[in-house]
This record gives sequence, C-alpha cells and structure tokens, in this order.
Amino acid sequence: MSNDLIKGEEKIIGVNGEEPKNPKRRDFLVQATGVATGIGVGAAALPFIESMKPSADVMSKATTEVDIAGISKGDTRTVEWQGKPVFILHRNDAQIQAMAETPDTKDPQDDADRVKKPEWLVVIGLCTHLGCIPNRTAEGWFCPCHGSAYDDSGRILHGPAPRNLDVPRYQFVSSEKILIG
Amino acid sequence: MEGALFFRRFEGVMMANKIVSWIDQRFPLTSFIKHELTEYPVPKNLNYWWNFGFLAGLVLVIQLVSGIFLAMHYKPDVNLAFDSIQHIMRDVNYGWLIRYMHSTGASAFFAVIYIHITRTLYYGSYRAPRELMWWTGLVLLLMLMATAFMGYLLPWGQMSYWGAQVITNLFGATPFIGHEVVVWLRGGFSVGDATLTRFFVLHYLFPFLICAMVVIHLVALHSVKSSNPSGLNLCAKDNIPFHPYFTVKDMYGVMIFLIVFALFMFFAPEAFIEVENNIPANPMVTPVHIVPEWYFLPFFAILRAVPDLLGGVVAMVGSILIYAALPYLDRSKIPGGARYRPVYRIMFYLFMINILLLGWVGAATPTETTAIVGRVCSIFYFVSFLALPFVSKAEERWLRKRGLPQELVEMMVCDVEMDSKRTGGNR
Ligand code: FES
Repeated sequence: MSNDLIKGEEKIIGVNGEEPKNPKRRDFLVQATGVATGIGVGAAALPFIESMKPSADVMSKATTEVDIAGISKGDTRTVEWQGKPVFILHRNDAQIQAMAETPDTKDPQDDADRVKKPEWLVVIGLCTHLGCIPNRTAEGWFCPCHGSAYDDSGRILHGPAPRNLDVPRYQFVSSEKILIG
Repeated sequence: MEGALFFRRFEGVMMANKIVSWIDQRFPLTSFIKHELTEYPVPKNLNYWWNFGFLAGLVLVIQLVSGIFLAMHYKPDVNLAFDSIQHIMRDVNYGWLIRYMHSTGASAFFAVIYIHITRTLYYGSYRAPRELMWWTGLVLLLMLMATAFMGYLLPWGQMSYWGAQVITNLFGATPFIGHEVVVWLRGGFSVGDATLTRFFVLHYLFPFLICAMVVIHLVALHSVKSSNPSGLNLCAKDNIPFHPYFTVKDMYGVMIFLIVFALFMFFAPEAFIEVENNIPANPMVTPVHIVPEWYFLPFFAILRAVPDLLGGVVAMVGSILIYAALPYLDRSKIPGGARYRPVYRIMFYLFMINILLLGWVGAATPTETTAIVGRVCSIFYFVSFLALPFVSKAEERWLRKRGLPQELVEMMVCDVEMDSKRTGGNR
C-alpha cells in the first residue's frame, strides 16, 4: 500500500488502484481548475485594489476656480488644487522677455508651450524630484529639499529634479478667472 | 499538623500533574517545552552580542502593548489626528508615558535590530546553513521599516506629512505607471485623509504579520541552532540547554536594556522626535530641512547620492536587498566570520565606518561637500559587496597557506561530525 503511494508520484493511479485510461484528461482538469482559481482570485482582488484609489468625493474636488484679478504684476500666489499647491505667477515684461530663450537643460521646453497667456504662468508647486514645495527666489524657484532650481517658466535649471514643474490642465473662464483641472 | 500540610501540598502537585498529563494527551506541551527550552542545545561560548535577538522580541512586545493602548485614544482623521496626540499627552492618564514608550521603542527596535544584524555580519552567521535565517531576518527588517514609516505619519505633524509625501513619491519612479501607483497608494492626489486612515490600519496590522514572521525565523533557528563566535558546530558536550542557562543570561541583558530604555523614555523622550513635528501638517508649506528618522539616514544618503530619481530609488532599495546575496558573495570556508579572518575584519570595520559616514551625510544640509562624500561612500558601500567574492577567496587561500590556528583546527573535528549528523551525511 505505502509502496504504491510512493510510486504514485511517477505512475498515476486511479481510484481503485488501476491506471486511468486517459491521464491527459485529468491533467487538463487540474490545470483548468488552477486557471479558474487564478482568475477568480484576481477578480475578487480587483474591487479591493480599486477601493484604494481616490474616492468619488476626492475626485469631485478635482477642479478649482481662482480669481486672478488681485495678483499684481511680478507677484505670485499659491492656491490649492487637489490638495496640491499651484503657483500662479503674474509675469512682468522683463520676466517674459527673459524666458523667451530656451535654456539648454535636461528638459528643454519653449516658454510658449508652457503658458496660455505669456503674462500668466500656472504650474504645480511641487518639485518634480520628490515633491517638496520650492521657494520663490529672484530667478524663479528653489527647492530646499535637495536643491533643485527652476526659472520663471518653471523650467528645471539644475539639481536632481528630472522634469520642469508640471503645468496643470487649466483654462481662462474669463480674463480674471481661471479654472484649474 | 505538619503531616497534614505536607499532604495538602502533595495533593496540589498531584493535581497539577494530572492537568499537565491531561493536556499532554491532547497537545504536545511537555515535549515542546523539553525540545525547545529545557533540552534545546545552545553553544556555551555565546557572548553578549547574542542577546539582541531576544531583546528584539522584547521590544516587539513593548511596541505591541503600548501601540494597542495608544490606538484606544488616537483618531486617524486629518482634522483630529494631531489633536488626539495632544489629548493623549495631556489628558489621558499616563498617556504621555505610553506614547513616549512607543516613540522611544521605535528607535530602540532599530538600535537592537541593527546590532543584531551587525553581529551576524561580524561573525559571518549568515553563511550556510543559516541562509534562511538571514533572509527571513531581512524580510523582518523590511517589514519593520514599512511599519515604522507608516507609524511616523500618524502624529500628522510637518515631518510626518512631508516624510510621507517624499517617500510615497519614490514610487513615482516606477516606469510608465509611476503617477498612478503614487495616487493609488495615497488614495488621493496628495497625502491626505485616505492616506492617514490606511496607514493607521496597516500600521496596526503589520506587527501581527511581523509576529508570524518571527515564528518562522525561530522555527528556522531551532532547526539550524544558534551560531556561535567560533563559527563552527560545537561538540555535543559544548552545548548547554537554553533553559535555565540562557534564560538567565537573556534576563540579565533585559535588565541592562531596560535601564537604557528607561533613561531615554523618562529623561530624553524628545531626543528622537523632530521639533518640526510639533507643528501640525501643512500641505502648503515645506519645512526648510527635511530629515528622516536616524534609522533611515544612511539609506536616505544613498538615495540623494544619485542625481537621477529612478537611479536613486534603485540604489536605495538595492542597498538593502543586496544583503540577501551575502551568503553567496562570501565564498570563504574559513569559519568564524571576522574572528579568524583578518581581511574580512578590516572590511567589516571599514564598512561600518562608511555606514556612519553615510548617516552623517543623510542628516546634513545638502552642500557640495556632503554630495561628494555621499557619492564616495555610496560607491564604497556597493563595492564592498561586489569585491567580497574575490577578497574572501583570496583571503582563504592565503590563510590556508599560512596554516590555520591550532584551536580552530581542534574545534573543526567536531564541526564535520555534527554537520554530517545534521544533514544525514549528505554533504
Ligand atoms: S524634492 Fe525638490 S530637490 Fe528633491
């Protein structure tokens, strides 16, 4: 008896000790059960994984409307959007001029591609390195965490940050109001 | 009179014996105690560096107990979390004590674990047949780090918030789906209420997973038995039972540990708490200088040493996972780790100094100098591992040519014997 069981590893034994006529069928059933279980577990896991994504109430606060009339030239204001700071910089002519040239950095981009109107720069105020909030400086922004520097177009000048400051989706609803998101 | 007393006591013993034998028929109680404690053989030459595994278990219990009681008063909600900590500190009876116990315990846990690992490195205990102990230990370390990191968010102070912000951002380095992964982890576009609640739940869950892993770690230990400073399997006569010899020795270690622990808990409880974390979290203001807790500093320094985000994350994760390869990188067959291996010993000390330097770099405000030191140290860190196979081989050849010390040769006789007994002569 025990010998049979050990041998069973090589020789498939049927219920009453005989070999099944078609062992492939059993193999198939075993594999099919495995696959079905896998799919079932995967499907059951999906709602749990999805539940960890932002919930509907978080998503509903996905846009922010900002009145920009009060921001005077050369000034910047930080507003909150999706819990993140967004810098709105009202650039003066000198600043616009200075940004016209595209610096040769790791993420070269024309200033024109980063703004909708040249006097308004709207960027997410989180360093693209690890997400600290850069501080305003004379030539743009400087991240205190690991020393990334950005210009007045939010473009990375030097430091560990891989990208320019991200430009969020926004539109001018009127000349004095923008809708971010 | 006296006879009656004796008889009553005798009756009591009889009763206890009856209960034990009743249990023994249904559960292997006596044999378990015999096998794992009173007859479990431990090398008699263990020094005090072998106390720290037991101490880690003690700190785990301290953290579990203090954590459960803190959770009775804590509220994982962005609007309530910070205040509920103040409530614990000021209003809850002995709340201050339990909280300081928990915050000091976190540092103590890492201190004890790091010493435990350092001992393993020095004496080469990670080598065959203890690879599984080493790997389960490494998994335990990773679980401990995750637990500590999530726990650090709970007070919802500035450092809590920005630490979590920075660390969750590391997952943004995942190719292609980085952003989605970060948002999924946080349950929001930035660290917020959803993040705080899930971190609290997981911070509560993980210790129990750690307990399960500790059981596996111990089962592996009781299968391969403790290593010892000689690095050899000792002769049977040189092993003594765990109980009472090592229960007593471990208790002595516990006393010393508790004295140090109490000194910190009562007299310097804020030593491990960043001042900045007494300011409530503000998503709109980054603290000027973000530093992680001391136990993450060397890894943080390695992260910062690489100028590229993905590269930095890979280096940091690699700096921990690379330990898993150690049993294979160390190719010397000379037992006893650094004790009988002068070259390995030098490497060990240089490596430790290097880690301290990395820790200093991780804590310093980034400047040109720290950047260079950080880079050099990070390179040295990895080179130590990569050079080990060659160094250990060359060292063994040199040592064998020079002749092994007589005491080692004598001890090796039993080693071979015991080894073949364990593996059934299959090696
Ligand atoms: S987060 Fe800004 S430089 Fe690292």
